[in-house]
Amino acid sequence: MTEPLISVKNLTLRFRTDEGLITAVEDVSFDIAPGEILGLVGESGSGKSVTAKSLMLLNPDNAVYGPESRITLNIDNKPVDVFSLTDPTDRMVIRGGAISMIFQEPMASFAPAIKVGSQMVEQLLIHSDMNSARAKEISIEMLARVGIPDPAQRFGQYAFEFSGGMRQRAMIAMALSTKPKLLIADEPTTALDVTIQAQVIDLMKDLVSEFHMAILFITHDLGVIAQTVDKVAVMYLGKLIETGTVREVLRNPRHPYTQGLMNALPKLDDLDTPLTAIEGDIPSPLDRPTGCVFNTRCPVSLGLECETRVPVYTAAEGEHQVACFLADEHADEQADEQEGGVRT
Amino acid sequence: MTGTLISTNDLSVHYPLRGKLFGPKLVVRAIESVTIDIQKGSFFGLVGESGSGKTTFGRALLRAAPITRGKATYSDGEVTYDLPSLKGDELKDYRKRAQLIFQDPYAALSPRMTVRDIIAEPLEVMGLTSSREETDERVRTIAAKCRINLEHLRRFPHAFSGGQRQRISIARALVSEPQFIVADESVAALDVSIQADVLNLLKSIQKDMGLTFLFISHDLSVVAHTCDHVAVMYLGRLVETAPTRELFAAPRHPYTKALLSAIPSLDPDDQGNAQKLEGEIPSPSNPPPGCKFNTRCPHAIDICRKEEPKLAKSGLEHDVACHRWQELTD
Repeated sequence: MTEPLISVKNLTLRFRTDEGLITAVEDVSFDIAPGEILGLVGESGSGKSVTAKSLMLLNPDNAVYGPESRITLNIDNKPVDVFSLTDPTDRMVIRGGAISMIFQEPMASFAPAIKVGSQMVEQLLIHSDMNSARAKEISIEMLARVGIPDPAQRFGQYAFEFSGGMRQRAMIAMALSTKPKLLIADEPTTALDVTIQAQVIDLMKDLVSEFHMAILFITHDLGVIAQTVDKVAVMYLGKLIETGTVREVLRNPRHPYTQGLMNALPKLDDLDTPLTAIEGDIPSPLDRPTGCVFNTRCPVSLGLECETRVPVYTAAEGEHQVACFLADEHADEQADEQEGGVRT
Repeated sequence: MTGTLISTNDLSVHYPLRGKLFGPKLVVRAIESVTIDIQKGSFFGLVGESGSGKTTFGRALLRAAPITRGKATYSDGEVTYDLPSLKGDELKDYRKRAQLIFQDPYAALSPRMTVRDIIAEPLEVMGLTSSREETDERVRTIAAKCRINLEHLRRFPHAFSGGQRQRISIARALVSEPQFIVADESVAALDVSIQADVLNLLKSIQKDMGLTFLFISHDLSVVAHTCDHVAVMYLGRLVETAPTRELFAAPRHPYTKALLSAIPSLDPDDQGNAQKLEGEIPSPSNPPPGCKFNTRCPHAIDICRKEEPKLAKSGLEHDVACHRWQELTD
């Protein structure tokens, strides 16, 4: 096992607000190895975006990190403690140097009044010592690499002249031109049509193998997860509730929430089974349930035990980890249905 | 339960573009010659990518977008209306019979009105009730149907989650007892665990009240699970329409096939025989000649670039607009 590229340990994040401290992320730990794609899944409000932003220290000033929280970035076998970076120039390594980010809404990520090419060149000049002629050359090369026709002409255009899919490609080209070790992709295909989404997913997979880059892929779409990532981490109300390889988690989900998500998802190969919704609504972060965060909606809640005790994150099998008191019993039920289907 | 509720014939919606003062007049053909029948009591799905004109079509049927050409009739057994020429009292009456549920439940509800007032507003505006008691009674009935906690009626929308807000939106659309509902991406903004709940609610209400739904969505798996009949649009044209099961089992138009194969499978080992589409949907202000799909179609030949295919029968209820569907099916 190689050294992980980035290691997040016991990340806890609270926001100071008028209503008091709101817990957004609680005790989240995960590693990403070089060249690996980790999918972070969860519904809105589950804390997946703020977790990702923590890696780049991009959360607003009212964010309070827990004292136990550690984020370590390993570049060329040198560990960097992310929270110790206080100086803006030191922070450049996590902001565009070794880590780049692409966002959900590509129109909002480009400055509207500056040409796309100038924005690409600008960040290259900041993060490397190349001159602007060379930066332009590299930018145009990257635009061509992500499949934008006429890259030289597109280089001189504004973001509004690009279509939605084209903007997302340009965003990817820009994020990759500094050759980051880790790319954070926050819902990169959510705003795109399915046919374009398929193109962008293919492109990202190609680039990972070409540049040997790791990706933290954030999405709420389990189909996209299945087609893109190596490992999955499922979040609910700021807690990690299940992690494992994509095959393990999607075929043999052990946490009642993950199972509920799979059952609520309309599937094309089975039109007869009615959709089963997870009862109730996601609780407000202002009144987080005590005990297991999912106990208010859990169909198999044990009552008092789940309401008062926090389930420990335990390894169910190999790399598959679950935070649920009943994880083992569920595994048995599921195994009957899944007989022979699980192979990694 | 039987008969056609909405019937359109060559329905077109064009928007003028600001062109040069003395140049030719330019128009965007948002909807071009759409002919469709929506059966009474059906859950009719309309799918397509952004820019395909599906929202405009729904709005045209509600008389919220200008109908440029063609026919559209609404006939629910009590009244028959010719939609393009509808005005005055008849248009007001039609508004009671046809309602819209919006996409974003966060934007669709006024933050300054209580839930009760939001749901009651259509009744008051349309003058459907004669007393406050009667209004309250109808609000409570419909709220119960939409599984809204009656104690919540006094609260303001900010206190509710996305799923609860969407149920309030649905109650507001249903309170005037309409026959026809256009649901425009009504579950797109919701999380998966909530989405299933709202879909099940829409289905059960539709069955109980015998309503007809036009369900507009870009999510094919959702459409497959809820609709009886599906129509696929591309650049303002109808390219294929069929009963849901038939369309998903045996799509005929190359665009429908590509759209279906682009849905990411939940099985990590099923990389799919996806026929990846190249390029993007062309701009509706400058559509290609011939078949509108020819720029991205893997099977396009000369005739596709010259002549626009007409929607033709390819089965009992299965229509497709493609020059080559027969040879491509064999």
